Amino acid sequence: MKSARHGAIMAAPAAAVLAGVALVPVLAAVWLSLHRSIVVFHEHRFVGFGNFHFLLEDGRFWSALRTTAYFTIVAVAVELLIGLPVALLLHRGRGLLRAAVLLPWAIPTAVSARMWAWLFNADYGLLHRLAPRVDWLGSPWTALHAAILVDVWKTTPFVALILLAGLQSIPEDVFEAANVDGAGRARTFALVTLPLLKPAILVALLFRMLDAFRVFDAIYVLTEGGPANATETLSIYAYKTLMRSGDFGYGSTLSVATFACVLVIGVAFVRFLGKPAR
Amino acid sequence: MKRAIGVAALLLFFLAPLAWQLLTSFWPDAELTRPLPSTLTLANYAGLGGTFARAVLNSLIVAAGTTAVCLAVGASAAFAIAKLEFRGRSLLLGAALAISMFPPIATVSPLYLALRAVGLRDTLAGLVLPYASFALPLTLWLLTSFFRELPDELYRAALIDGCTPWQAFVHVYLPLSWPALATCAILVFIFSWNELLYALSFLSTPSKRTIPVAIALFAGEHVEPWGQIAAASVVATLPLAVLTFLFQRRIVAGLTAGAVKG
Repeated sequence: MKSARHGAIMAAPAAAVLAGVALVPVLAAVWLSLHRSIVVFHEHRFVGFGNFHFLLEDGRFWSALRTTAYFTIVAVAVELLIGLPVALLLHRGRGLLRAAVLLPWAIPTAVSARMWAWLFNADYGLLHRLAPRVDWLGSPWTALHAAILVDVWKTTPFVALILLAGLQSIPEDVFEAANVDGAGRARTFALVTLPLLKPAILVALLFRMLDAFRVFDAIYVLTEGGPANATETLSIYAYKTLMRSGDFGYGSTLSVATFACVLVIGVAFVRFLGKPAR
Repeated sequence: MKRAIGVAALLLFFLAPLAWQLLTSFWPDAELTRPLPSTLTLANYAGLGGTFARAVLNSLIVAAGTTAVCLAVGASAAFAIAKLEFRGRSLLLGAALAISMFPPIATVSPLYLALRAVGLRDTLAGLVLPYASFALPLTLWLLTSFFRELPDELYRAALIDGCTPWQAFVHVYLPLSWPALATCAILVFIFSWNELLYALSFLSTPSKRTIPVAIALFAGEHVEPWGQIAAASVVATLPLAVLTFLFQRRIVAGLTAGAVKG
């Protein structure tokens, strides 16, 4: 078994890095979440599940959880609804069109959020000029939906490309057969294309849901969670608790809660909808 | 006709905001109150100065460093997973997939304390390993699926010729894998270039900021300098736009690799 020893040695550095920067830190975060730990006061003592008791009573946590869930569901639903027609357009389109659509995905989220903040600007923003009555980032309901719009703009290209790959894996003669059998375009789409596209749709759904649930960049840049915490998601609340208040105990509790939610989504997906291939 | 309308709507939605930002970057500051500028200027770019140039350099260093580390440890591991029998190889791949789905906020607090303990907090080098937590899983998946597609016969032939498994990797497989390495490098570079949360949490010195942090915290003395922010955005976007147009095919292939096999 010479190959086994070589294999283990060649894989060891990568395994060590993954353990060191991801697995151990997650366990350490769980450990921290059982402490009262305020960095500036050098205060650090074990409090057991005290932080988790507080979490269950913390209205701001439940509000952040609701905001995150709403953001995730609405954003991902819209992205799939727009992503499908975009994929169909790209399917027969040129490479240049694909590159143009890829651009929003490629630029930093912080940059795209700043760009949209200027479009939303309440004094001179382009969208404000087109619809002067709407205070995009100033009122709670519009601010949350403005953040969703930024996310849709930024990640629909990713969804469309996954669906496009799915489309391209369907053999042409399936469509020809449907045509010969006299199925119209609408019926071909509903009865042939859509069912064959299901695996790609599920993959896009899983990746986007997990990604949207940890949303941070766009909201931090657009509103920092405001107005009146209306756009505060779990990542934003945890970040503020950790980095602004320096409360590493309760901040870690919020991080662990976010992690647990992501875990539940991931496991539920694999359980109910079958294993994603990647 | 219907298709033309669809393509036009699509381009309008995805490109018009970028075009407006480009126009804003040439818009004289004093004229921002007007619906359109009467003249165009380069003043916003000139006003960015050394601080933002520094951020571009910082981002380059971190993204290049992350790419180098991930390829260095990821390529040999991916080869081992694809071609060698050893215990725990499917566990490693599964763990990588699970880790790629971790929300980064879950690891911010322990990584902050660990970096502080070893003196790497507020350094660019201190960002490279945390970035590996999202970049290395991607590297492992992309390269493993690539090595799996190369024939096993090459490996057996190399062994017969007296190569060790390591030599077979370096001398036979690695020279064949530059397209996959390039795809991987482009994606890791883009993801690292764009990262905000870790950089925002671990860096405190303004001169060490990466581009996303600099853009997120960009502030003027009295009013938001929208023209300068737009100019900074254009500078931050330009390298990515070039990468996207040059390597569109590779990026799409890498992003969707394995996504549709069922």
